[in-house]
Order: sequence, then structure tokens, then C-alpha cells
Amino acid sequence: MAISLKVNGSDRTVDVDPETPLLYVLSDELQLRGPKFGCGLAQCGACTVIIQGRAVRSCVMPVGAVREREVTTLEGVGTPEKPHAIQQAFIDEGAAQCGFCLSGVILTAKALLDENPKASDAQIRQALSNVLCRCFTHTRMIRAIKRYRESRA
Amino acid sequence: MRKELSRRDFLRASGALVVSFSAASFVEPSAAAQGPFDTHASHVDPLKLDSWLAVASDGTVTAYTGKCDLGQGMYTVQTQLVAEELCVAFDRVKLIQCDTSITPDQGTTSGSQSTPTNFNARNLAQAAATAREALIAMAAEQLGVPMDQLTPADGAISAKGGAHISYGDLIGGKQFNLPVDPAAKRRSPNEWTVLGKPIPSTDRVALMTGTFEFVHNVHVPGMVHGRVVRPPQIGATVAHVDESSVQHITGVIKVVVRKNFVGVVAEKQWQAAKAATALKVTWNPGDGLPAQDGFYDDYIRKQPSSDFLLVDSKDVDATLKSASHVLKATYLYPYQAHGSIGSSCAVADVQADRATIWSPTQSVYPTQHGISALTGLPLESVRVIFVRGSGCYGLNAADTVSYDAALLSQAVQKPVRVQLTRQDEFLSENYGSACAIEEKAGLDASGAIAAWDCTSWSVSLGGRPGYERPGNVITGMLAGFDPETVAPRAAVEPRGELRNGSNAVPSYLAGCVGGECGGGGSIRSERVLMRSVASPLFTGPLRSPLRLQNTFAHECFMDEISAHVKADPVAYRLRHLSDPRIIAVVKAAAQKANWVARPSPERSRARAGVLTGRGIACVAYEGENGYAAAVAEVDVDRATGRVQPTRFVVALDCGPISNPDGLRNQIEGGILQGTSRALGEEITWNDRQVTSIDWRSYHTLPLGIELPIVESVLIDRPDARATGAGETAITLAAAAIGNAIFDATGARIRQAPFTLQRVKAALAAKA
Repeated sequence: MAISLKVNGSDRTVDVDPETPLLYVLSDELQLRGPKFGCGLAQCGACTVIIQGRAVRSCVMPVGAVREREVTTLEGVGTPEKPHAIQQAFIDEGAAQCGFCLSGVILTAKALLDENPKASDAQIRQALSNVLCRCFTHTRMIRAIKRYRESRA
Repeated sequence: MRKELSRRDFLRASGALVVSFSAASFVEPSAAAQGPFDTHASHVDPLKLDSWLAVASDGTVTAYTGKCDLGQGMYTVQTQLVAEELCVAFDRVKLIQCDTSITPDQGTTSGSQSTPTNFNARNLAQAAATAREALIAMAAEQLGVPMDQLTPADGAISAKGGAHISYGDLIGGKQFNLPVDPAAKRRSPNEWTVLGKPIPSTDRVALMTGTFEFVHNVHVPGMVHGRVVRPPQIGATVAHVDESSVQHITGVIKVVVRKNFVGVVAEKQWQAAKAATALKVTWNPGDGLPAQDGFYDDYIRKQPSSDFLLVDSKDVDATLKSASHVLKATYLYPYQAHGSIGSSCAVADVQADRATIWSPTQSVYPTQHGISALTGLPLESVRVIFVRGSGCYGLNAADTVSYDAALLSQAVQKPVRVQLTRQDEFLSENYGSACAIEEKAGLDASGAIAAWDCTSWSVSLGGRPGYERPGNVITGMLAGFDPETVAPRAAVEPRGELRNGSNAVPSYLAGCVGGECGGGGSIRSERVLMRSVASPLFTGPLRSPLRLQNTFAHECFMDEISAHVKADPVAYRLRHLSDPRIIAVVKAAAQKANWVARPSPERSRARAGVLTGRGIACVAYEGENGYAAAVAEVDVDRATGRVQPTRFVVALDCGPISNPDGLRNQIEGGILQGTSRALGEEITWNDRQVTSIDWRSYHTLPLGIELPIVESVLIDRPDARATGAGETAITLAAAAIGNAIFDATGARIRQAPFTLQRVKAALAAKA
């Protein structure tokens, strides 16, 4: 069935089963590259998008449940020409190896710090307690997140 | 949207006027054989300069490499190499990686071999140096100036008097038609302006902004979606597949069965996923698995083995007999997963007469052979194009998913994208080998080690498919190809030179074979035996394969010996080392860590039930492929058994440093990945199947942990051979942490991972 979505500021219509995970619609129908299939079980974070300010795991969210809410993916946050401040912090820290996990890391941290700009280190750890990076670029990523936090203080 | 580009297209896109390439492109295979570059692997001759480099008329450079960027930074650092040797700006070089139609066959991007292969005096580095010299010779002729008065810089050659000609004007769009000159002079590290600098990795902006193309993002026209249905038990075979069970699912195109390989293809990914879940397959049960409890004693060490004697001074039994004291210990290491964060994905377009595979494999050329065997297509009609997947750390399911995609695409004659599920990924892997390593050392009256005897048991089934063994990964095996198995054989006398590629020989041994001593140490009464036995689970290289397991055992055992003689672990190591490069990294790490010389353990610093300790470990990776030492500092909570590393100091020597920022990134990631493997990662199974199949049952350290500080000491050796650096730090983590736990608590834990239960049990046994 035809489903209307608002993704990264654009209105999109897709013809899919409403039970289809949002991730499949974003990556297959809309050919977006930010959210990725990591586990399909909401355990790793690679598919994260932002919906109404919250970091949401798109691999387990049926597209039919999104309705009118705006969906923002990693490429909707900033562009290569004009990266968002948190993306710039990750660029400056060189906080990636393979980079597959970045939607989970950047968007989870962004959602936290947008809601609570003064989030403590412990709150950052708590927010990232179910976010994985298997290259273990942890040190640089946490540094980048703190750099972003400090840049807004 | 992807379309196939030939080597010629790349040159055209870069502005080159290509006059001498074949008119045939890959999509016209009948005419293709004439082309020097376009289609056949053997036509990309690594001895020819044009196989590696092309200069376009605008002076931009396209370089071709068979070593790809898996996230370890090889794209950036190889671009630096070409820019440096050719004296062109970094951003004027474009790299084409791993495509069987257009890049030289460099085997597999693995084993810390990309830097040794392409940065020393051969292959890519030598090609770029050859090109620079050739351009200088051409400029000398054109400008009428002697070569020794010409200087290459920034893509042009200048004479002292001011005459000047660009590379584009000299060769743009034309071929060199020269062999790679083994005598071409490399630029000295003293002259480097691009190589050796911390240039940010080129993929950074695209990654952070979500625009980088992974293999998961490849779309080709007409592409449909496949999923696989793996056997529910190891060794199960297909009895019956009920195709009617998925007929009600919209979009299903085909159920594909090829011997024991089962998959489904549908128009959309969600339809394929639903069909894979719904498909009713009746399986004949497998033979079952040996019990995990007791696996090391009751299974591994009771199997017939293939034995390989690495060193044997023949006097070990006698020396042990006359020793003033003999220490013995056995170290155990589990199967572990690569556990890539992205479950593997590939896209295949297999038609009646040709195939193209977009694959995250480390091995495009071997995969080309495997796909040829699976599809029955001639080798030259199969093209494998590397597109980066998520970090693999070795043989994850990248190869097998490429086979999956090829089989499904061939069955439906359409391009098929296959996405493995998380469970598929865990069940499709070639796990890192479980090991049992028996150590024995005899001490002399002075407390020095007089003899060292090691038997290192590992398990093996399958592995990298290489050019001939598609059955070495699960899809090839399911489709009817046999995996490589262990053929029991007795050890023969060591010959030739010391072969320490698996670090089975501890650094402290003299390593004497045939009169030549290739080891890193001074112990001359020495015996090292590797024993490989059949594995019930598929195995394959996982970052620092066997090197990590062996180093865990050797370096912890060395600590046990130092503790026994009440010596400082650093001083005691130095007492038995002779290789100046290992000695240098041990000293550098100890110094940076403010190491205080004293024996372990030290039990005086208990605070609120938390004990602190420090431990050291070192390795000459594969004997000579990089040197590193790590100091770990840990807190151990006596009540919970929780081990919290607080600081690592890693000193590393990989010869001349190509990119210090990339190197630090590898060290930081390596030591933390090693920590995760040391503290929590373990494949589990029941009597039928692997049970660690997701991130709840396979325990990795998430981002939200209390992070240890990681400090790197980089030892630059401009005059040495360039070695690998991606696997050295990880090799040391388990040993350094294990030694730090002992220092903190006096409890020695000889089985990885150091789970809460194992730590608590060790503490209880100590008390």
C-alpha cells in the first residue's frame, strides 16, 4: 500500500507492506546510505534514525507506525559540504575505522545532547550502553561526543 | 546506482586520452580477450608499470591496487605512497582497489601483509618510483636538460634554469610501456612530504555524513532480494523443501535449493525475509557436537593431530630433568567470532554467460575462482568488484555471502542482493580457533630459564577458500564442495629457517633451526610443537590468528616464571631477550607507563574491595612483522570479579611509519578489541548448534563502558623494512590484562575470556 513519509525534509511516498521495517524502506526504496542493517534486532544501533528528537532503531520499527513524524537519517543531519557540528567533531577526531556503526553512535549522542546539552559523562555512557562499534574506535568517538558537548556549552 | 566501469572508463573519467586499450569492455566478453587491461586477470601483469599507474592528460594519477581498504586506512595510506613516490599532490591521486578486471592480483588483503607487500621495494611502491624516474627521463629528452639537473615536484618536472613540464604533458593519457624497474630508487623517508604525515583518512567526511557507499548500499538495475536458510544444526542435510509454504507471501520469485544450500528470492527485502522465516524445510539431523564443557581436555587433546615441529634442540627433556625447578601451565582460549557489526551483504548479477559480484571480500581474485566453480562459468567471465562492507577482522561471512548471492542470482537470472541476518552471520562464520597451549619451563640455579617446551593445540576446519577450495566456507560446503580438513601426520625435523608465522615460538627462545638462530631470545634448550586437530565448527583467520592465542599463553607463562623467581616482569623479560627491536619496545612501554621495578603480585594496595595491578606483554609479530609491547593497568573488584582496565600503554615499531594518525587508530582499536576478546567474547554451543547468535549471547564491550586511557608510543625506523601494524596491539591485550590481574590479586587466570565467574573462581581458589 502507498505510505507517505517525511524523510530528511522531503515528502516521500512508497508502495510497501506497512509491516516492512523502516530501515528497508530507507535503504532499499529511498536508497539512503546512513542507516544500515547491523543486526535487525535493535541490539547494535547501526540502523538508528531520529524521530521527534529520539534515537530510534529503524530495523524493528514498522514503516506503517511512523505516520506523519519526520524521520532524520545521518545524511539528513548535515552534508559533506556542510556537516553538522557533531559530524564535524567526529571528522576532527578521526573517530571511525570502518564507519559502519556511525548512525548509531552519532545519532544516539546527538539525541541525548540535543535534549540535555549538559549531559554528564555517566549519562553519555548510559545512552551508549547499547551502541556497538566492533572496530572499537571507542576512545575517539567518546572524545568527539565530548568535543561536541563542549562546543555547545 | 551502480553500472559497470572498465579500466578504460576510469581513465576516461579521469580525463585520460586512451589510445591503446582494447575497444572491448567487460560487458562484451567475446571481444574482450584482446584488451590488455579490460577483462582477464592474467592481463593485469604486476611486472608492467601500466598495471599499477596511469597519468591522465590533466596530470591526475589513477593507481590500481590489489590491497583494499577494509576500514584499516589502506586507501589513504596507499594514496600517500603513490603521491610521495610520484611527487604529485595527495588529492591528485585516485586509487582503484581490488577489481578482478582492472587491478593486479595481490591475493588477499589480510595478515598484516598490505604494507609489507606494497610499501617495500616492489609492487605499488616500486611502480610509482619507476614512473617518477621514467618521467624524469622523458623530461630530460623534451627539455634537453640532463636528468641530474631535473627535480620532480607537484606533478611536474623543473630544470634548474626554470624550464618546466607537467606530467600531463609528458605522458597524459598514454601508457608507459615499461616494466616495473626493481632498481628504481625509492624516495628516502628523510625527503617525505606526504608519506609519514598524519593525513586524515579520505573517507572521513563521507562516513560521518552518511554518504559513503558500502556494499550494503549497492543498487543495480533490476535488483531483487535474497535471504538464506541455514541448517538448524551443524551437519544437517536437506530432506525436503516445501515450496508451497511460501506461496502466500507476495513478491516471492523463487525458492532455491542447491544440495544443502537453501535460499529464497523475492522482489523486496522484507518479502524475502518473511519467506526465509516461513519456508518449511525438513532437515536430516547432523552428527551432533562434542560437549563444550571439557572441550579442551576431552575433545581437543584426544584427537589425532597434524604435527609441526618448529624448533627442537633435542636436549629439552635432559635440561628439564636437571633443572633446579620446573614450572608447567596450560592456557585455554575459546572460539571467537569476527562479529562484524554489519551482517554481511553482497550483490551478484549472474547471467547465462557472465557474472559480476559486488563483494566485501578481502580476496577478490580467489572469490572469482570460487564463483566460477559454483556457477560453472568460465573464470574469465566472472568479475568480482570489491565494495567495502563493515569491518571484517578476517574471514567473516563476506566470502560466503558472495557465494550466496551468486547462487541465488544464477537461479533467477537477475541481480540479487543478499543480506544475512545477525543469526546467519554468527552461524556462517569461520571462527577464530580454540586453543590449548601447554607450557613447561626449567630453571637453572641462577633463576634463569634453561629450557622451554611448548605444545600448542589448535582446531581447524575449512578456512580461506583461496583459489581452489570453495567448500572452506559454509555456502561452498552446503553447495557440495568439500572443506579442507586436518590430515593427521607426524612431525618431521624442522628444516630451512625458523618459521614463526603463528608466534608459537616464544620471543625468549633462540629459535635455532639448521644452525641459524632466528628467535628473539637467548634460551637454547627449546622445543615447540604445533598440533592441529579437526574442528567441529568452521574456523578461519580472525585478527591475529593463533598469534594472539599463543602470545596469551607465552606472555602469561613468562609472568608466572618471573613471579616464581620473584623477579620484576620487565627485567626478567629483558634478561632473556636478544632482539634489539623487542627490547626497545619493552623498554619504551615500561618507561612511558612509569613502570616501577618489583616482583608481582603486589597485594598492599587494596581499597574498598578493589585491587589494582599492572602487567606487561610483548611480541615480535609473526617473528618479524612488527614489534610491540603493552602495559595494562587494571582494577579488579573482589566481590564481583569485574575487571576494569584503566590504562594501556602500547609501544610499537613497524619500521618507517606511513601515517601516524592511522597507526594510532589501529593501536587504540586493536587494544580495545583485544580487551573485549579477553574479557567477554566466547562462542558457545549445545549438542547440535552454536548458541551465541546475537549480541545478547555473544558479549562485546559496547561504547558505554568506562574507557581505559590508551597511550601509544610510536617508534619510527625510517631505514627498516615496512611491516604490518594492524594486528600487533590486539595480540597483547589478553596477556597484559591477565598479568595485571595476577599482579593485583595473586590469582592467575589461564582461561580466556576472563568472565566474572572465572575471575571470582580464581580469587576464591587463591583465598
